[in-house]
This record gives sequence, C-alpha cells and structure tokens, in this order.
Amino acid sequence: MTDLTHMTLADARDALKAKKISSLELTEAHLTAMEAARPLGTYVLETPDHARAMAKASDEKIAKGDAGALEGIPLGIKDLYATKGVRTTACSNILANFVPEYESTVSSQLWRDGAVMLGKLSNDEFAMGSSNESSAFGPVVSPWTPPNWSADKAQSALAGDKKGLLVPGGSSGGSASAVAAGLCLGATATDTGGSIRQPAAFTGTAGIKPTYGRCSRWGIVAFASSLDQAGPIARTVRDTAIMLRSMAGHDPKDTTSVDRAVPDYEAAIGRSVKGMKIGIPKEYRVEGMSAEIDALWTKGADMLRAAGAEIVEISLPHTKYALPAYYIVAPAEASSNLARYDGVRYGVRVAGKDITDMYEKTRAAGFGPEVRRRIMIGTYVLSAGYYDAYYVRAQQIRTLIKQDFEKAYAAGVDAVLTPATPSPAFGIGEKSGADPVEMYLNDVFTVTVNMAGLPGLAVPAGLSAEGLPLGLQLIGRPFDEETLFSLGEVIEQAAGRTRLPTRWWA
Amino acid sequence: MSVDQATVRRIARLARIAVTDEEVPHLMGELNAMLSFVEQLDEVDVTGVEPMTSVTPMAMKKRTDVVTDGGYPETVVANAPMTEDHYFLVPKVVE
Repeated sequence: MTDLTHMTLADARDALKAKKISSLELTEAHLTAMEAARPLGTYVLETPDHARAMAKASDEKIAKGDAGALEGIPLGIKDLYATKGVRTTACSNILANFVPEYESTVSSQLWRDGAVMLGKLSNDEFAMGSSNESSAFGPVVSPWTPPNWSADKAQSALAGDKKGLLVPGGSSGGSASAVAAGLCLGATATDTGGSIRQPAAFTGTAGIKPTYGRCSRWGIVAFASSLDQAGPIARTVRDTAIMLRSMAGHDPKDTTSVDRAVPDYEAAIGRSVKGMKIGIPKEYRVEGMSAEIDALWTKGADMLRAAGAEIVEISLPHTKYALPAYYIVAPAEASSNLARYDGVRYGVRVAGKDITDMYEKTRAAGFGPEVRRRIMIGTYVLSAGYYDAYYVRAQQIRTLIKQDFEKAYAAGVDAVLTPATPSPAFGIGEKSGADPVEMYLNDVFTVTVNMAGLPGLAVPAGLSAEGLPLGLQLIGRPFDEETLFSLGEVIEQAAGRTRLPTRWWA
Repeated sequence: MSVDQATVRRIARLARIAVTDEEVPHLMGELNAMLSFVEQLDEVDVTGVEPMTSVTPMAMKKRTDVVTDGGYPETVVANAPMTEDHYFLVPKVVE
C-alpha cells in the first residue's frame, strides 16, 4: 500500500481517471499511514469518516464520468482554514473548542472540484512562527532525520522530548511535513512572511504563495490581512499548479480578492523558458548564508541558463529593510485582527471580576508566548505618539521595496531567482532562546515577496552535503504565476525529484 | 527607542492581556530586542514616499447597502461561551 501514499497528485489523478485505483483505497492507504505517523504531530485532527464518505462520493462520480479536477484526491487542510462542522483552532488554546458554522472559500473550492479531506494540519499558533514549535498541540517533527542519526536514535527521540529532531519549518509545518511523509497528496497552507515557502524548502516539497488577491482570504483565520495569502504545498511543481487552479479565483466575500480569470496553471508546466530574463539580486547574498546555499543558487541559475534563459544581475536595494519593516506591519495588523478573541462570541473564556478582567485573563490564558509578544509589539507601534515613527515609516519602506521589484520588471526581468532559506532545517528547541529575532531571520528571503504582494514559488533543488533538502525561490510579476511554474519545472527536472524520506517513525 | 517596565504594563493593558510581575522583565527584554532590530529602518530616507495602503492597485469594491445575510441567530451564537435567548452574555458592564 505504501506506493499509493508516495504517488504524485498528478499520477494519482490520472490513475483515478483511468480507474486503476479507487479514491476509497487511496484514502484508506492515507488514513493508515496517518495513524502510524501520529507521533510526528502533523495532523491535529483526523477526519476519517468524513474522508471515507467523500471518497465514496468521488468514486461514484468517477464511475458516472462526472469527475472534477481534483476528484478523489486526499488532501490535508491547514488548521487556519475554517471547515464547516469540523473543529478549527488555528492551533491556539483560545480557539480550542471552535467549530465553524461556515467553510472557507478556498477549501470549499477544493471540495467543489472533488478533493477528499483527510483532516486538519498543525501550524504555528495563528501562523506566527517559522518552526511549527508554537502550535498549542506541540511541535511538528520533520520526516527528515538529522544528519548521521540512525532510525533507532530518531525513534527514541520521537518517543521522548523530540529535542534534536528537525523542525519542518513554519508556519505551515504540518502541511509540509504531511506532504513529505506521505500523509496526504497535497495540503493547503498560508503565507504571511514565508510560511509556505520556508517549510517547503525545509522538507523537500514545492509550495507557492500566489500574488496577493489571487486566492480569497474569506474563512481563513486572519494574521496580517495585507500580507496573508493562501496557497498549496505538494510534492512537485506540477502538483502545486493543479491545486492552485482550484484554490484561486474571485470571491465577492473578500474585497481584496481580484476579479481575474484563473489560467490553467498546469499548462505552463513544460513550456519553454528560452529567452526569459532571470534576475539575480545581489542584495540576497547575505552575511551568514551557508556556502552550500550559495552554491545551490549558482547551480539553479546554471540550470535555467542551460534551458535557454538569460541570467542578469539586478539590484533590489531595500531588501535588508524588508524583515524589520515586516516586524512592524505584521504585528500591527495582528494586534488589530486578534482583538476579536475576547471570550465573548467564540473561543475559550476565563471568568474575571469585571469585563476588562475577563478579557485580560482570557487572552493571557488563551494566547501562547509568541502570539502575546506580537500583539504587544503591534499595540505599541500603533499607540499614540509612535504611530508615525513606526507604522507609517514601515509602510513607506514597503512602497520602496515594491518599487525595487517594479524597476527590475520594467527593465525586462521576467522572474527573480533567490535561495528560499539561509540554511537547511534546524533542530527542535535550537532557536527558542531569549532573542526572538534569531527565529525571524529564517524569513529573510521570503518576506520581501509578501511586502510587495508578489507571487513566490519554492522549488526543491537538491540535498545538502549532510543529506537535508534545500530549496530555491522564484519570484514573479504580479499575477504571473504561470512563468514561475514553467521555470520551477525546469529546476525540478534538472535537479531531479527529491526522494521522500524513509518511514523511520512507523 | 526602548521600553521600560511601566511601558510594558501599559501596553499589556492596552492589548487586554494580563501579565504577572514575574513576566514583565522577560517581556521587556523580548520587546526591546524587537525594537532594536527595527531601529535600522531609521537610516532609510523616506522623504516624499507614499505609505503603502494597498499592495495590489485596485479600486475598492463596493456593493449596494442592503442586507445580504442573516436570519440565523442560533448559528451566530453557536460557539459563544455564554448565551441566553440568542444574546451573548458578559459580566455586568453598567451599574
């Protein structure tokens, strides 16, 4: 049965269509794999009954010749997406008992196209984190083992405090880990500063953050509304293209969703990249970047050059300010968005002597340390006397970051190639010291893309000398995800598909 | 800029998050680490730069100002910690 969970989404789709396999057997294989992988902590809620009912319905549709684009494909859903009648927590204690009465637009489109829901996937609490260690359900473990660890050593760590095992990245760590471990064929994710691309790079999977406005944000728990965007994580670039076509599209319920036709993204796979101009931004060669990542970046450029693309050096001078500006804009928006968790309309309440006391106790008990920290910094930068010095300045810098990209694109650059992360995955507990900024530096290459609202694709590009996955990032023009898919496919083909990790946990 | 303990307490109050005396020095350290990280933004010349308000240039969508939703109070209060007759219940606010 193992091969059913190691298929690509595209191969599974074709096998279903050809009636070589049924959705029910595909779904059962995944449910069995999920059960054996519970110690990894990827799923925070398994929905087997739901999955079997959906799979049976899909098999009937396939039999009738009435199959949708994702008919019968088992997927995992990040716990940030509201799923009707299925507990949705954002992996926060404050929403521990929340059962939405509605379905997010993006997930409803996946069900419209026939996908099967396996369950809800872990993430950093309210999507705030880069390691999936801040989930209220505990850390998620990457299926990749640390360099030179035996399966026995990894197993005993998994049964113990999990220290030293690798993080899958975050915030969509459950999504990335589940895709890499063969616990779903694809997963939904969200990206505010790198939360799709960084975990994809850490786990040898592919992930795309589409252009801001491409996917509806309606029904997805809000973190920083001007930066949040939904997107898929899957095993191949093609698989992400297939999923994005179903996820994207205009939604009248989200005023920032864009009314533009959704292209057949899969058709962009295999399209020639000959003559395309690829920018290499010199400012991304940051201090502390591993030599290996630098070499990978050069190799990626060589792969695109070999396919006929032209490689040019470009300058994005405000790059270094993106991360600090992000840590003003994102917490400011979070402090506003998370004001709704007050113990009145939904979520957990802690009683107090008056209403203010009730609010304060509810929020102190319900939010974890990282979320509290970000709400407080956001409250501070928006408070009287500091608003102009911090918030307005950060938004001005955001304009400058966007202009940097606009200038490059105006000069004829079709896409920008960068590393996805400054290093391969690190260990659980390794970056939880007193300085939160150490963790934030993980997003140094991805955060610019959110600040400028652009699409960004993380492509698995090989393994480090120690055998850990490494990823490259392609950044595109607004709404030109197709070019990213064409270029990403070239890198994926040239680098060779990253193998799936062996099942040491089962 | 950096924050002192009194400011940490004031921010926590504004954010409606209870903090204990033991947490304050720790939080102060973390907030100051973040504030010193963002200090480098001061070196950027932002004279005449428009602050970003919308990352995708598009006109704000509008709709007719009419009721388009509602009529299901049970659903609205379904997840509330305390309710009575379709009302959210909170501690007494007005004497």
